[in-house]
Amino acid sequence: MSMSPSVPLQEMIRAIRSARTQCEERGVIQRECAAIRAQFRQADNGGRSHNLAKLLYVHMLGYPAHFGQMECVRMIASSRYSEKRVGYLGAMMLLDEKQDASLLITNSIKNDLSHSNQYVQSLALCTLACMGSAEMCRDLAPEIDRLLRASNSYIKKKAALCAVHIVRKVHELGELFAPAARSLLSEKNHGVLHGAVVLITELCERSSESLERFRKTVPDLVQIMKGLVISGYSPEHDVAGISDPFLQVRLLRLLRILGRNNETASDAMNDLLAQVATNTDSTKTVGNAVLYETVLTVLDIKSESGLRVLAVNILGRFLLNNDRNIRYIAMTSLQKIVGTDHNAVQRHRGTIVDCLKDQDASVKRRALDLSLALVSASNIRSMMKELLLFLSSCPPELRSQAANGIFTAAERYAPSKRWHIDTILHVLITAGGDVRDETVPNLIQLITNTSELHCYTVHKLYRALLSDISQQSLVQVACWCIGEYGDLLLRGDCQEVEPMQVCEDDVLDALETVLQSHMSSTATRGFALTATMKLSTRITDNVDRIRSIVSIYGSCIDLELQQRAVEYNALFKKYDHMRYAKKDSTHFCCCGVILFCSVNSFAFNVILGFMLLLTITFVSAPTAPTVTVYEKDGVTLTIVCEKQSDSAMTVTLTGFNSSDCDVSSFTLQAAVPKSVQLHMKAPSGDSLPAGGAAKVTQVVLLNNPNKVRLQNRQMLFIYLVCRGSTVQETVQVDSFPGL
Amino acid sequence: MIKFVLMVNRRGQTRLSRYYTPVELSRRAALEADVVRCCLSRRKEQCSFVEYKDFKLVYRQYAALFIVVGITDKENELSIFELIQNFVEVLDKYFSRVVSSCAIMFSLDRVHFILDEIVQNGLVVETNRSRILTPLNAIDKMSDS
Repeated sequence: MSMSPSVPLQEMIRAIRSARTQCEERGVIQRECAAIRAQFRQADNGGRSHNLAKLLYVHMLGYPAHFGQMECVRMIASSRYSEKRVGYLGAMMLLDEKQDASLLITNSIKNDLSHSNQYVQSLALCTLACMGSAEMCRDLAPEIDRLLRASNSYIKKKAALCAVHIVRKVHELGELFAPAARSLLSEKNHGVLHGAVVLITELCERSSESLERFRKTVPDLVQIMKGLVISGYSPEHDVAGISDPFLQVRLLRLLRILGRNNETASDAMNDLLAQVATNTDSTKTVGNAVLYETVLTVLDIKSESGLRVLAVNILGRFLLNNDRNIRYIAMTSLQKIVGTDHNAVQRHRGTIVDCLKDQDASVKRRALDLSLALVSASNIRSMMKELLLFLSSCPPELRSQAANGIFTAAERYAPSKRWHIDTILHVLITAGGDVRDETVPNLIQLITNTSELHCYTVHKLYRALLSDISQQSLVQVACWCIGEYGDLLLRGDCQEVEPMQVCEDDVLDALETVLQSHMSSTATRGFALTATMKLSTRITDNVDRIRSIVSIYGSCIDLELQQRAVEYNALFKKYDHMRYAKKDSTHFCCCGVILFCSVNSFAFNVILGFMLLLTITFVSAPTAPTVTVYEKDGVTLTIVCEKQSDSAMTVTLTGFNSSDCDVSSFTLQAAVPKSVQLHMKAPSGDSLPAGGAAKVTQVVLLNNPNKVRLQNRQMLFIYLVCRGSTVQETVQVDSFPGL
Repeated sequence: MIKFVLMVNRRGQTRLSRYYTPVELSRRAALEADVVRCCLSRRKEQCSFVEYKDFKLVYRQYAALFIVVGITDKENELSIFELIQNFVEVLDKYFSRVVSSCAIMFSLDRVHFILDEIVQNGLVVETNRSRILTPLNAIDKMSDS
């Protein structure tokens, strides 16, 4: 059977490249591999190195080439240099220490390490350094040590790196190489110096004794470095006017390791570092590479403050460099030190903020991180301007981080409540879709607590709602606010905003638009519906309109909205009944207690609505009975009403949980009709643990000075969170003692 | 340290690959494809350093040839950036012409030998251009005679 002759490497490559499909390529390669295999099986022929070279090419393309492993072993043992060379290369590409074949080359390596031809020695060194097993390393370490001391520069530099590999494989052998490494520092050849510095670095990183010992070499290293920095032009090592920048970088890195946490060593290198920092030409990348390494070293050792400022200033200059690579590494470095050298970095805040506008997305991201880290009480206003500007045009992947960072900064450093609220509103308008879920309840909490700004806030939110209803979080907060403080909105006068006449129809129009818009999510519609309902206690003329809105949603497809609407409808009907029946009693209503829970725990991020309808009618009674107004699933709410005077009443609300599910973030809010004054004292707590372990009580003071006959549209709304599911109900209490 | 050196063309085909940390053969193709995709999709305004998984990539483009070097965190990115340029200048000098992706392909073994004179077990061994090429020139002369 005749074998197809194998073709030269170039031919094979051409054949592979001209294959039009993957299948065709595979065919070519299979044919070639078969031919190569056949060739390997034959006795020694002249073309072995070509065949192996072809095999390596095939291997690079990703095809299996393990059948070439034994051929590598054979070729390494050959006496011809060209075959040895390809054999060793093949070994490095096809073998690793896990393969059996690698054991077979140990002997060859051992012999070749003492070969008369330095290039053969170098092949052995290179291969040992690439794939030497721990066994091989132990075996050959003394030989490597010998080569470190007595050979030419070419071999010494390779032996040094081979020693690095040995030390990585067998840590204890570091001791063996330390003396030789030390003496190599006095060599003149840069390749050898480089190797020595790398070896010493490896030894110092592995053992603290070595580190101690090599600290004594700091003066020598400083001397070498000085020689490089101030030396004249040397064609051998010059790269763009800098003497051997690669060696300089390695020296600086070693100095860093030696100077870390050590005052003496750091002092010894202080002057040198200052010299390098000031004299290195920064117009070319190589110079900047050296400067970069210098900065890293200065910032990591115990350097004096003047030097540190110098280093940070270099980074600041880097930020202004046209080369985006340099800007990138400046940003990365500044980010690492913004915690420790905060004041020094603050000086470059302006440049960093400018980098928010950089074209490169990774520079932008780092600029954002740094800017947020640099925000402080003194610069909050100007920084926030820049951050908000950034938010409006930043890439989508950064919006969430920016928005949340802005919130955190605003919370920490807000100069005034109004500024805080304005900032949050601005973010919601710009990036409302990218904020965390807790933002809505948190903002509601903030607004509630800032009673002096209720009027301002509701006006602003109303206007925001008029212009854009697409940002869900903003719309939700706006609806809630309108429901809560709608009366302030309708009153019309607010000093801080432009006067605007808002009538009840306008407000209801706005809420209805939200309800009907396809952009509104279910949660948002829920907010809008509840707000509409709440307004029925605050407005006088349009109650029928509210009723009709609510009744429409009684047949809404969405189950939650439907349920809510039906319950609200029921409220209306029951009010009517009560109104007609209780005409002559003195009614005193305390209603509209809204329990608003914002849960920040991991699993629950949901606001449950339990709606409780409570109409409390209060008549003078000698004793104050406890009335259970709500009881379901183990959670109970009771009230005790005590009349204090003709027009004042105290209501104590007590929450109790006898179920086996914890209720958390239990918060109460009260809204009362215009004519009634309400004062809610602080609750005793906000959690109702399971099994009735603790209660929550809250005292509410009510005052009805005008003794107005109250219309029966007051309601109690209770929201609480349990087990992460949304439940909404309306419960009505309609029997009271003394009534 | 250097984890690997890759040379790919604009279509993503590997022209040279050298690994200095053990990477299983079966995973190499996927790694190369992914790395190359990362680098080829970068725009002009973006810098040459890419954060990739738990290490970094430094890449440079020379006409139709991309050179990508994977480095660990501790390495000086600018220094490696310059190293790539150094490598290319050595190749240009050896091949007496501006190196293209084709030239590398047809002299793959030579390029590996040159690379071995520059990088050994993931560390830089020599950066002086003449010293790098001395062994190759010597061997070439030997085999010619």
